[in-house]
Amino acid sequence: MNYHWNWGIYWEASPEGTGSYADMLWSGLLVTLEVSAIAWVIALLIGAAMGVVRSLPSPWAKRISGTYIELLRNIPLLVQLFLWYFVMPELVPDAWGDWLKQMPDAPFWNSAVGLGLFMSARVAVQVSTGIAALPRGQQAAGTALGFTLPQTYWYVLLPMAFRVILPPLTSELINTIKNSSVALTIGLAELTARTRAMQEFSFQVFEAFTAATVIYLLLNLAATWAMRLLERRLRLPGYGAG
Amino acid sequence: MFSDFDFDAILRALPYLFRDGMSFTITLTLLSALGGLLLGTLIALARIGGGKLLAMVAAGYVNFMRALPLVLVIFWFYFLVPYLGQWLTGAPRPIKVGGFSSALLTFVMFEAAYFSEIMRGGIQSVARGQSSAALALGMTGGQSMRYIILPQVLRTMLPVLLTQTIVLFQDTSLVYVLSLTDFLGAASKIAQRDGRLVEMYCFAALVYFLICFLASQAVRRLQTRVAIIR
Repeated sequence: MNYHWNWGIYWEASPEGTGSYADMLWSGLLVTLEVSAIAWVIALLIGAAMGVVRSLPSPWAKRISGTYIELLRNIPLLVQLFLWYFVMPELVPDAWGDWLKQMPDAPFWNSAVGLGLFMSARVAVQVSTGIAALPRGQQAAGTALGFTLPQTYWYVLLPMAFRVILPPLTSELINTIKNSSVALTIGLAELTARTRAMQEFSFQVFEAFTAATVIYLLLNLAATWAMRLLERRLRLPGYGAG
Repeated sequence: MFSDFDFDAILRALPYLFRDGMSFTITLTLLSALGGLLLGTLIALARIGGGKLLAMVAAGYVNFMRALPLVLVIFWFYFLVPYLGQWLTGAPRPIKVGGFSSALLTFVMFEAAYFSEIMRGGIQSVARGQSSAALALGMTGGQSMRYIILPQVLRTMLPVLLTQTIVLFQDTSLVYVLSLTDFLGAASKIAQRDGRLVEMYCFAALVYFLICFLASQAVRRLQTRVAIIR
């Protein structure tokens, strides 16, 4: 192989003049973490709401949540990001569109919201599955205690359902982090984009990608470990391994 | 706003979008699904029936692939394959690999990790007695796998495998990062040439939605038909 290896490249100054290549990757990692964190909060909030709606007995509730989930699940994430970033500003009234286009960090907020909504459909399915997995008696017990339906959901069903679905939620969290790399297509300077930039500046393809690979592996481990810790803290006596 | 939505722009682009773009996307999806299923089955077999070392390597591969973003893997293969080819063929310089071959190899290797998990789950769900019965009939381990276990796994897992293929169909849109002309790539090229971003991206979203929605409805119907009652 006539590839010229240079593992010291990370500590060489990048042509951007703002530090070394390691700093470049670090800045990308921070953006990846920020976007994933915001997207994950959106996914959890809307996913929980849509999951609850999906578990309601009314046919209209099922139709609304079903439409939402099918729409977001059957369009590729990349296309969804394009819709938010390129199409959305043209479809809203002009003043809003101008505001959207001139917003500082438009790629950042577009990716965070787009990714969050994309993941929310998956979370919604998990939440409604979790609620369906609970014994019937749980809701009956809530009603017997004099809870209203919202109270039953808030104090009884959701806390239990979230415990049941923690393991699949862990993989959805990891998926959120992995999917944030798609945002490089709308110009977000996240980890994979910064890795690409490092590769283009330095021509050290494999060193750049190796670093990104290791970072993503560590992120995976960290997310898995954090969720397992959470799982242990939230475990209820009598509901052992779940 | 919708007032200047140009349906004609879409009509004019249709032949290019489908003849060049969609045929690329579908070819890539089908070949990747087939290759991924074959390789994935081999990996699953290595994890279940292979020696300790082989099982460990296979498990490591699956976990490694599943931890990485597809976009990163696409870039990895795009840059790695020319060097691998040089090393394999002993050529004096990195060989030239077309975008399609590079993408196909990426998706086969990437999807194999996901297909192998499906196949592994399927193989483990077949009752123990089945392979014992096959062995008692004088079949070898390989024969029992080929004639008894795998046909049942393929049948019960068909809906899951097809659902994964729909995911794969959506994921092929990521070859956009290599500027290949898949369906989305074609739409985006027209969008930029004609300044018709709204029309082209809305249309692309609609087409993806219709195909994936109808396909997943069909899979759901299939699911009830292929279920083996035990």
